[in-house]
Amino acid sequence: MNSQTNRLNGGLVDQGQSLSFTFDGKRYQGHPGDTLASALLANGVRLMGRSFKYHRPRGVLTSGSEEPNALVELRSGGRQEPNTRATVAELYDGLQANSQNRWPSLKRDVLSVNDLFSNFLTAGFYYKTFMWPKAFWEKLYEPIIRNAAGLGRVSGEDDPDAYDKGFLHCDLLVIGAGPAGLMAALTAGRAGARVILADEDFVLGGRLNAESFELGGMAGSDWAAQAVAELSAMDNVRLLPRTTVIGAFDHGIYGAVERVADHLPTPAEGQPRQIMWRIYSKRALLCAGAMERPIAFANNDRPGIMMAGAVRAYANRWAVTPHQQVAVFTNNDDGHRTAADLIAKGVQVSAVIDTRADAPAVEGAELFAGAQVIGSKGRLGLETVTIRTAQGFTRDIICGGLAVSGGWNPNVHLTCHQRGRPQWDENLAAFVPGETLPVGMSVAGAAAGAMSTHGAVQTGAEGAIAALGDLGITAKAGDLPQAEDAPVNLQPFWHVSEGKGRAWLDQQNDVTVKDVKLAHQENYVSVEHLKRYTTLGMATDQGKTSNMGGLAVMAEMTGKSIPETGTTIFRPPYTPVPMGTLAGRAVGRHFHPVRQTPSHKWATEHGAVFTEVGDWLRAQWFPQPGETHWRQSVDREVLQTRASVGVCDVTTLGKIDVQGADAAAFLNKIYANGFAKLAVGKVRYGLMLREDGIAYDDGTAARLAEDHFVVTTTTANAVLVYRQMEFARQCLWPDLDVQLISTTEAWAQYAVAGPNSRALLEKIVDDVDLSSEAFPFMACAEITVCGGCRARLFRISFSGELAYEIAVPTRYGDALMRRLMEAGEEFDVVPYGTEALGVMRIEKGHAAGNEMNGTTTALNLGMGRMVSKKKDCVGNTLSERDGLNMADALRLVGFKPVDANETVAAGGHLMNADGPVDAAHDQGYVTSAAYSPVLQSSIGIGYLKNGAERMGEVLRLANPLEGSEVKVEVVSAHFVDPEGGRQRA
Amino acid sequence: MHKLKPITPLGGTEPKVDSFPGLTITENPTRALASLSARLGHESDCATKARDLIGVDLPGPGQTAAGQTYSAIWIGPDSWMIDADHASHEILAAELKAAVGDTASVVEQTDGWCRFDVSGPAVCDLFERLCNVDIRAMQAGTATRCSIHHIGCYLWCHEAGTAFSVLGLRSSAGSLHHGLVEIAQAVCTA
Amino acid sequence: MIINHPLLGPRDAQEFVYLGDATLIERPDWQAENAAEAFHDYLYLRDNPAGAHRELWYHEQGDRSWLVVTRNTLTHEITSVELARDVARAKGRGR
Repeated sequence: MNSQTNRLNGGLVDQGQSLSFTFDGKRYQGHPGDTLASALLANGVRLMGRSFKYHRPRGVLTSGSEEPNALVELRSGGRQEPNTRATVAELYDGLQANSQNRWPSLKRDVLSVNDLFSNFLTAGFYYKTFMWPKAFWEKLYEPIIRNAAGLGRVSGEDDPDAYDKGFLHCDLLVIGAGPAGLMAALTAGRAGARVILADEDFVLGGRLNAESFELGGMAGSDWAAQAVAELSAMDNVRLLPRTTVIGAFDHGIYGAVERVADHLPTPAEGQPRQIMWRIYSKRALLCAGAMERPIAFANNDRPGIMMAGAVRAYANRWAVTPHQQVAVFTNNDDGHRTAADLIAKGVQVSAVIDTRADAPAVEGAELFAGAQVIGSKGRLGLETVTIRTAQGFTRDIICGGLAVSGGWNPNVHLTCHQRGRPQWDENLAAFVPGETLPVGMSVAGAAAGAMSTHGAVQTGAEGAIAALGDLGITAKAGDLPQAEDAPVNLQPFWHVSEGKGRAWLDQQNDVTVKDVKLAHQENYVSVEHLKRYTTLGMATDQGKTSNMGGLAVMAEMTGKSIPETGTTIFRPPYTPVPMGTLAGRAVGRHFHPVRQTPSHKWATEHGAVFTEVGDWLRAQWFPQPGETHWRQSVDREVLQTRASVGVCDVTTLGKIDVQGADAAAFLNKIYANGFAKLAVGKVRYGLMLREDGIAYDDGTAARLAEDHFVVTTTTANAVLVYRQMEFARQCLWPDLDVQLISTTEAWAQYAVAGPNSRALLEKIVDDVDLSSEAFPFMACAEITVCGGCRARLFRISFSGELAYEIAVPTRYGDALMRRLMEAGEEFDVVPYGTEALGVMRIEKGHAAGNEMNGTTTALNLGMGRMVSKKKDCVGNTLSERDGLNMADALRLVGFKPVDANETVAAGGHLMNADGPVDAAHDQGYVTSAAYSPVLQSSIGIGYLKNGAERMGEVLRLANPLEGSEVKVEVVSAHFVDPEGGRQRA
Repeated sequence: MHKLKPITPLGGTEPKVDSFPGLTITENPTRALASLSARLGHESDCATKARDLIGVDLPGPGQTAAGQTYSAIWIGPDSWMIDADHASHEILAAELKAAVGDTASVVEQTDGWCRFDVSGPAVCDLFERLCNVDIRAMQAGTATRCSIHHIGCYLWCHEAGTAFSVLGLRSSAGSLHHGLVEIAQAVCTA
Repeated sequence: MIINHPLLGPRDAQEFVYLGDATLIERPDWQAENAAEAFHDYLYLRDNPAGAHRELWYHEQGDRSWLVVTRNTLTHEITSVELARDVARAKGRGR
């Protein structure tokens, strides 16, 4: 019945309950508290994956997030997640996992033939082999490599889950909830500080849950559970289990990923799968512990060969052993703990192989002091290891598991995210945090090199007290719980030289000791070069278990010490982060916020087709029944507006309220043309330059009172112009009395254009004389409409027709649109969208963004004379530069095709009637083009060298991209009503 | 009374209310707003005249002040947003201008904004997933600018930990509402 | 990064828009003899220090104050934050 042949007694799993799961389609049982890796081991499954390059059979190496081998595809469909580490995947009922990088099955993998050709697939293989012939790369090599490469697959379906982002604040962020972190959090929490305690595990306690020794007179795991219970009860402490702090950023900001629902079959309704927290900490204490490192030897990658600390964790926490017979290979005392704990759990320890001649005695197992493991055997899993004894004999030892310990490396990663460099500790033979830490960070426990439990709780408490002391918070030390304080006894030993077969350093990237030696022979001596040449330390585990080994081999080759050889730079994220977590909620149609115009609801009801202008959704045109092409709608809107009257929502234009005693003086400085003399009740066109003399933006300024203007900007530049105006106000002319505030949103503004616009508006306004005498072109006034609604009326025209813009408080905008349509019925009023707006402004030759494209000046635009020479304004000095004022400078003109059936295309370049078509003979370019329903011809406006003097000339409009060339005639840019009589009517 | 019928920022005739276990989000179109910015050199006169109208001192950075009829939110150096009931103070800007005269610039802001009142025990859980404000430390009567769902907003604390108002660009009311409701669903699942 | 706003206290740099060298405050006199040259230098010539750098930041998602932030370009350490308006006045800028 029970298939869990390698399940032991006890542990922190609930053996009273069973969970069912599948691996490669086969059904197994596990328990709550298991990871996928522990449950597979319990079921006697050691083979969990195939390696990246050689497709070697691989098993689980570790019990944590540093796992290089046991990567699986979890779940299926849209939720399929590749490269999930089985060591951190919490078991749930119904979990589905599949192995990766094998075909047709994990046990029989066709591409394992790569392993036979391994002599060819050494370091730098790709660089050396695929150099030639060049054409082969795209057609042959790359497709083959792409097919064979990679680890897991994605389904290609949309991820159905949501991901959140969030922001947390604290006095002290404690990273890691082992003995140091728990003690620190308790100390700080009891002092009343705001504490966040984050740990990547789903059970807090770190190694306390993996070891057999006591803390404070009770089992370590019980002490941890008690501490967690106390912390949970504190309002000022926030516990974040299942949360990995992935990066240390500037000024105490940390990134952390909380896996909210990864341990559930699917998230609850509305619940996100993960949250990306941005944590603002005043101080941070890194208690990330340490990570065990392997010793490389020939064929050290056989499933069953694992880290000694991991074997111990599986036995103590998960009540699992990889096999009933396990040997230990170590260079330090800590490895002996694995032997002792396994024996205590009833597992047979076949031998302890210790590289040290003076290794301490072992009770209950045979000790080989001064011995080395020189090879391993077993198909798809370990069966025996071969050792060389101190006396020089070889001997085979039967074991299905080998627990390897090469010592422990403090987890210094986060200390290095701000370019800090770790420093070498001779006693630990490991890197410990350097002196330059991220601002506000300190380190405690094993991460700081305090490897005993006593060291952890002591430095944890001290670290918290010191950090809070900086903040003026007094925390009390209290009594430390009684704990073991064993010294680190270790003799550095990195790899076994003897042995047939490859000795693996980086199992995730299939990098061997020989690869590093080869790289050294080829003069890749810098560790950064070594990494890129051999791929050592790349991919999902970032070399957590392999970098030190690689460094040690390189140091040996160069004859330098390890600290002289140096480390590669540690970068965020600490562990892989799903793309969805980085994106958060900003996906699909919520990628950015949408801004709706006041007439949006009305426009939707009337079938408008919308276009995005920045965040704004604007009506592009309003199709009528029977219209099958957008041009039909746009042509109709233009003709009807020019014939009678049209209405367009122009709320999106930026509107900035400018007030103050010096408001006019201020506008004089930011606009190229003058505003001081503009009369109250009048509007003036304004052109804004950049300081380098290039045209920036244009709009109108309406003077509502002596000290009050409302200026408009283009929709696209609204934010930028406001920012620039604040810069001018605060930084350039701080003593001008002027106040600015945006009113873009506050008013619903409609253009009412066409010969009947006056007649229409007369039906709306309350007792306002709209005659040209009383309210001439470029007049403005504050009025009321529709029986008392306050409004602003501007007589301005973008279309060239008799036109007004009328504004009411936004809440009334919808009603005003409906009222305008109703009142305009007798005039056959038409709503028009941005396309018709664009056609009419091109017909009128009005410049817009295409013309003010960041390269053109007022002179180019034909507004050179507007730039005042009599006052100081942004851009006028540099606009006088010779280069911007050449005799043949570009001028804005219009173009018509010689053959009315031809099309003027925007973007095309102008060439003389004869001569070559090339950049050297370029005469200018077309910026905007449209079909003019009024002229019944394609038209365009654009820039032509000395254009004002070339009316009537025929040029070639070249469009080399499409291979077309159209003869065009140079005409005035003012196609419609060049005298401007209509807008003044 | 004129004939133009107003709509709320979300486009309805009545304000929208969304309720969740522990959280209520209410669209509030009943407030009038006007900005008040002291003229250069008239800062203290402006403060005096404003106090005469509002009944309390204009607040300093990060603060708000509430009188009987009017409230004020600090929005920048020498600048405040004044708030009053819309039904009785639709022409708030004119009232304010009459009170402060040439000592300040006043601009109607009522319809530049949409306002959602958010209350309930889950309110901090909500806002900590929406903006970088230290929401749990925010005291009653404080206000801050922030960015929610990429929308510039004011966050106004009425009651620490339980009652806030968020004011965002009116044109983005739909997106802001979507952001609030979406996260409310996430934090109000048990 | 965190910018310690003189009025609002510590704020995330994400709320700000960066402009550049604070010498942009020192806009030349348009009527000076060498105005063209001075404006050229003002606009195009910048020091690029490895170390302390005075630069303009705009609190766009905040109170719309322009700030002069002194930031070490090597370490991101911020040693002072001033209201640009005060700096401008101290530099003699007025109307």
